[in-house]
Amino acid sequence: MSRIQALLFAGFTVLLVVVAVWAFRKPWLPDLAADRSALDHRIYVTMIVTGIAFVLTQGLLAVFTWRFRAREGQTAAYWHDNPRLEFIWTAVTAVVLTVLVLGALRLWAQIYSPPPAGALIVEVTGQQFAWNIRYPGPDGVFGRTDPRLITVDNPLGIDDQDPRSADDIFVVNQLYLPVGRPVQLRIRSRDVIHSLFLPNFRVKQDAVPGMTIDIWFTPTQTGTYELACAEHCGLGHYRMRGFVFVQTPEEFAETLASLPPWRGE
Amino acid sequence: MHHVHEENHEAPQSFLRRYIFSTDHKVIGIQYYLTALFMMLVAGLLAILIRIQLAWPQTPQPWLHKILPGLYDPNGIMRPEYYPMLFTMHGTLMVFFVLSTAPVSGFGNFLIPLQIGARDMAFPFLNMMSYWTFFVGCLVMLASFFVAGGAAASGWTAYPPLSALPESIPGSQWGQTLWIIGMVFFIASFTMGGLNFVTTVLNLRTRGMSMFRLPLTIWAMFCVSILGLLSFPALTAGVIMLLFDRHFGTSFFVPSGVVIADKLMPHQGGSPLLWQHLFWFLGHPEVYILMLPAMGFASDIISVFARKPIFSYRAMVFAILVISVLSFLVWGHHMFVSGMSPYLGMAFAVFTLLIAVPSAIKVFNWLATLWRAKIHFTTPMLFALGIVSLFISGGLSGIWLGQAPIDIQVHDTYFVVAHFHLIMAGAALFGVFAATYYWFPKMFGRMMNETLGKLHFWLTFVTYYLTFFPMHFLGLRGMMRRIYDPTQYDLFKPLQPINELISHSAFLLGAAQLIFVFNFVWSIFRGKKAGPNPWRANTLEWTTESPAPHGNWRGPLPVVYRGPYEYSVPGVAEDYIPQNVAPAEVKTVGARG
Repeated sequence: MSRIQALLFAGFTVLLVVVAVWAFRKPWLPDLAADRSALDHRIYVTMIVTGIAFVLTQGLLAVFTWRFRAREGQTAAYWHDNPRLEFIWTAVTAVVLTVLVLGALRLWAQIYSPPPAGALIVEVTGQQFAWNIRYPGPDGVFGRTDPRLITVDNPLGIDDQDPRSADDIFVVNQLYLPVGRPVQLRIRSRDVIHSLFLPNFRVKQDAVPGMTIDIWFTPTQTGTYELACAEHCGLGHYRMRGFVFVQTPEEFAETLASLPPWRGE
Repeated sequence: MHHVHEENHEAPQSFLRRYIFSTDHKVIGIQYYLTALFMMLVAGLLAILIRIQLAWPQTPQPWLHKILPGLYDPNGIMRPEYYPMLFTMHGTLMVFFVLSTAPVSGFGNFLIPLQIGARDMAFPFLNMMSYWTFFVGCLVMLASFFVAGGAAASGWTAYPPLSALPESIPGSQWGQTLWIIGMVFFIASFTMGGLNFVTTVLNLRTRGMSMFRLPLTIWAMFCVSILGLLSFPALTAGVIMLLFDRHFGTSFFVPSGVVIADKLMPHQGGSPLLWQHLFWFLGHPEVYILMLPAMGFASDIISVFARKPIFSYRAMVFAILVISVLSFLVWGHHMFVSGMSPYLGMAFAVFTLLIAVPSAIKVFNWLATLWRAKIHFTTPMLFALGIVSLFISGGLSGIWLGQAPIDIQVHDTYFVVAHFHLIMAGAALFGVFAATYYWFPKMFGRMMNETLGKLHFWLTFVTYYLTFFPMHFLGLRGMMRRIYDPTQYDLFKPLQPINELISHSAFLLGAAQLIFVFNFVWSIFRGKKAGPNPWRANTLEWTTESPAPHGNWRGPLPVVYRGPYEYSVPGVAEDYIPQNVAPAEVKTVGARG
C-alpha cells in the first residue's frame, strides 16, 4: 500500500515540476511597448531563482517520499536538529532574498523617479465606466475643473470661464502617445477607485478619488494597444476598456491638431 | 482548577444542553466545524458559478435561468450586476467563515484542552457565546443574498467609495450593510474565542506541559489567537466607520467631489486609502491566521506518520513567532500601486521578503523530517504532504509579488489569484482535510474509510493544481481579477482554452468533495471502531478514550514527561513514547522479551 501511494506522490510531484518548467518557458507577458524592459528582466531573474528553488524543494519532496516509504524491518532515524545545516540554509535563503530585494528597490526607485523635463503631460480620469483623457492643448496648461460643473456632456466638470480650458483636448477611451517621448500621466478618478492598466507598457496605477497620482514612462513601439481597468469599480468594470495609440511624432502632432479643442456647451 | 475538576464527571443530560447550547469545548469545536463545512458548500457553489461564467461568458445557460431566475436573464445570460456579488461573497465566506473558522475555531476548540491536558476551556460559557455569535453572523451573511440589490458586491476587501456609496453598485445597498453587521458578529465571536484560547494555553496546561513541550498545532493556535486579538480591532473600527459613512452622513473614507451617475455626493474630506490601511492591517495577519494552523497540523501529522521527531522543534516555534510578528509589518504589499507613497512601498517590500525566510525554514524542516523517515501514506499524511507541496508552489510566487516593481504588472491579475489560492486557501483547505482524517477517530470514535479518503485526496490534489496553477499564466498575460467577461479584451481572447481547462478542473474539484461528505457521514455511523490511539501517536488527546468523555479524562489529568515528538527513539521497544508515560515505565528493547 505504501509503495503505490509513494509512487503516486513522487510521480505526481515529478510531473508537476516538469509541466511547470515547460509551461513557464513560454513568454506569457504581452509584447513590451515601453521602456520597462528592466521590469521584464526582473521577472525573468525571479522566475529563474524561484524556479531553481521549486525544482530543488519539490524534487527533494519526490525523492524523500519515494525513498523513505515504510518498508518491512526498516526503522526511522532519530535526531532532533542539526544546527550547522540549519544555519547554512537560513543564511543562503537570507542572502538570495536580500539580493533580490535590493534589485527590486533600485528598479522601484527608478520607476517612481521624477519625470524627465519635456515629458508630455496627459490627464487620465477614471469614471464608471470610461477613461477620460485630456491634453492641455497648445498653452500647455489644463483648464480648471470643478466637480459641481459635471454634467453628461462635461464629464470632467471643465470650467468654461477659465481661459486656459478653451484649448484643452478631450477624448474618451483613446490615449494617443508619441513614440520615444517620455509621457507623464496625471491619474485621477471622479467617483470610485479605478486602476489604469496598460499591460503592454508594464504600467498599473490606481486612480483614487480625491488624489492626483503622477507616473511616467516612455513608449518605445508604435501600434495600437489595449488599456484596462484593473480595480473592481462596479457592474461595468469588465468593459471599462480603452486603447493606447502609439504614433510617430509626426502622426501624433497631426492627431492632436485634428482633435477638436474643448468648447464646453 | 479544583472547581473544574469537580465539575467534569457530570455531563449535561438534556439534548439541548448537551448538543446545542453546550459548554463542552469538543461539542463547540464540532459545531464550529460543521457550520464552517456548510458555509464552504455555499462559497464553493458561488465559485462554480464564477467558473461557468469565466469559461463561457457569452454562452446562454437556460437551465441556470430556471434554477436562479434572479441571477440569469431569460436567455440564460448572467446579469452582469450580480457577478461582483459572487466573487465578493465567495471570498468573504471562504476567508472568514470557512478557512478561519474550521481550523481555528473548530479544531482549535476541539484540540487545545485535549492536547495541553485540561478538562475544558478557561471560559466555557464564553466559548458557547462565541459559537452562537458566529452562528448569527452566518445567518446575517446568508440573509444578505435575499435583500434588494442582492448581497455585498464590492469585493471581499470592500474598498470605498464603492462600498460606502449605495448609489455606486447594486450590491452596495442593504447587502453591504448586512455584510458589515455580519463581519461585526464574526469579529466579536473570534475575539471571544481568542481570549479563551490564549488564557487556556497560558493557564490550564497540565503538570509537566511546559511551553516548549506543546505540540506545534497548539503553538500555532496560540499565536493566531494573539494575531486575531491584535489585528481584528483595526477592521472593527474600519467597518463601523464604513457603516457611519453609509448611513449617518460621516465621510471617513469618501473624499470631496465624488460624482456618481452625474450626481455630486455630499461627502467631504475622507480618504479611500485610510480604509485600505485599516483593512490590510487585519488582512495580512489574517492570511497567517489561515495558514499557521495548517502548518501546525502538517508538522504534527508528518512527524507521526514519518515515525520521526519533527526536525528542529525550536526553529519551528521561532519561525511561527517571527512570522507572527512580521505579519503585522507587511500589509502595505497589498497597496504598492494604490497611490500610497513609493517610499512606504520600499519598506513593505523589504519586510515581505524578510517573512519568506522563516517560511522557507519551515519547508526545509519538513523536508528534513522526511529524510530517513519511515513514511506511512495514510490519508491524513497525504493531505499533510499536500500542504507542503502547495506551500512551496504558492510561497515561491510570493517572492515575485513581494518585489514591488513586479507587482506593478501582476497586481489585481490572476497571478495573485493563483498565488493566494495555492498558499493561503490551499494550505488551509488541505489543513482542514488532514486534520479531519487525523482527528475524526477522536471526534466520533470511528475511523474514516481509507480507500475513499485516498480517492478524495488524489482527486482533490490533482484538480487543485489543475485549477489554480494555470492561473499564473493568465495573470502574466494581464488578465484581471473580478471581471465578468475576459473576452472583452483582444489580449485575453486567446486565453479562453486555459479558462475552460480551469473551469473543468474546478467542477471536478467540487465533485470530489462529495466523496468526502459521503465518507464523513457514513463513517460517523458505520466506520471501523477506533481505539484510544489508532495512529500510535504521542500527544495527550490519544491518551483518553475515543471519543473523549465530558471532562476529557475519566481519571486524574495526565502528567507530561517529555516533548510530543519522541518517535523511533533508539533502544525503546515501541517506536513512540506518549508524552504521559513516566521515564521509568518506558519499555526498552531488552525488557521486551
